Amino acid sequence: MKRAFIPLGIFVTLVVFLWIGLSLNPREVPSPLVGKPAPTFRLPQLHDASKTFSPEDMRGKVWLLNVWASWCATCLQEHPLLREMSRRNIVPIYGLNYKDKREDGIAWLNMHGDPYVLAAYDIEGKVGIDWGVYGVPESFLIDKAGIIRHKVIGAIKPEDMALLLPLIKELNDE
Amino acid sequence: MNKTLPFALLLSMLLPLAHAGEAVPTAEDPALEKRVMEVSHNLRCLVCQNQTIADSNAELAVDLRNQVREKLKQGESEKEILNYMVSRYGDFVLFKPLVKSTTWLLWFGPLLLVVLGVGVLIVMLRQRRKLMGQAQVMSAEEHVRAASLLSGKNKGDRS
Repeated sequence: MKRAFIPLGIFVTLVVFLWIGLSLNPREVPSPLVGKPAPTFRLPQLHDASKTFSPEDMRGKVWLLNVWASWCATCLQEHPLLREMSRRNIVPIYGLNYKDKREDGIAWLNMHGDPYVLAAYDIEGKVGIDWGVYGVPESFLIDKAGIIRHKVIGAIKPEDMALLLPLIKELNDE
Repeated sequence: MNKTLPFALLLSMLLPLAHAGEAVPTAEDPALEKRVMEVSHNLRCLVCQNQTIADSNAELAVDLRNQVREKLKQGESEKEILNYMVSRYGDFVLFKPLVKSTTWLLWFGPLLLVVLGVGVLIVMLRQRRKLMGQAQVMSAEEHVRAASLLSGKNKGDRS
């Protein structure tokens, strides 16, 4: 009688492993950059090419870097949330316009509203690579010391706010 | 439904094939391109995850190859470039997983299963041999009875 349970046990084990395997999202690759200093760069600004932006300018502030592009459909999904965050002054949001045409990026912001304090312009996507970006949108929360404390891969969803809001508050109090 | 829909579906099914060819290297410096491809074969394309960036024509793969090329030009070694990619994208970017404590199961799991299987097999064979040894030897009398039963003469004898 005991023997009959052996195949059953193997089967259940397999089911459990497959179940876990299928429920994982292979597209979400955890970033090794969380907890590390934000990679530095100096890029021209989207609206004014004569001005630049660098994460160094943000020392002493908690801020959000949102990687986005006008050709990115998912960016539109998170856009209302970003605008809401900006309207409520929850955290200063800086854009990284990723592999976009300058005029397309500006037109997109004019059409859908601009949640950014300013946007940096990364036409080659090199800064993106340096930040481990492999798709847009991606968002990085950076603390006062310039350390990346959290990364959201894909659109920021209302559920993410449950984590982001207390974290932003905590980082601001640090 | 119009007639173009099935055609469009067929086309969309063929679409992945368009990416199947190995990315064509630029011809400016064949030796450098060879190195770029060598390094690229070790890096996973995070968009099309079961391909290396050498095999993929996804935009990110092209960008990453450019990055590899640039770093090689700057005289960085393959190891330095791979370390850079890991620091940005994590271990997953390596096409061949590292051997470390979290990947031991991945690397040695199959071996473990083989060992386990062989172990079970040995135990079972031993048990069987033991059972064979314990099997009762029939007496001459029983042999006679068995033979008569088999020949069918003693039909109806159920004692």
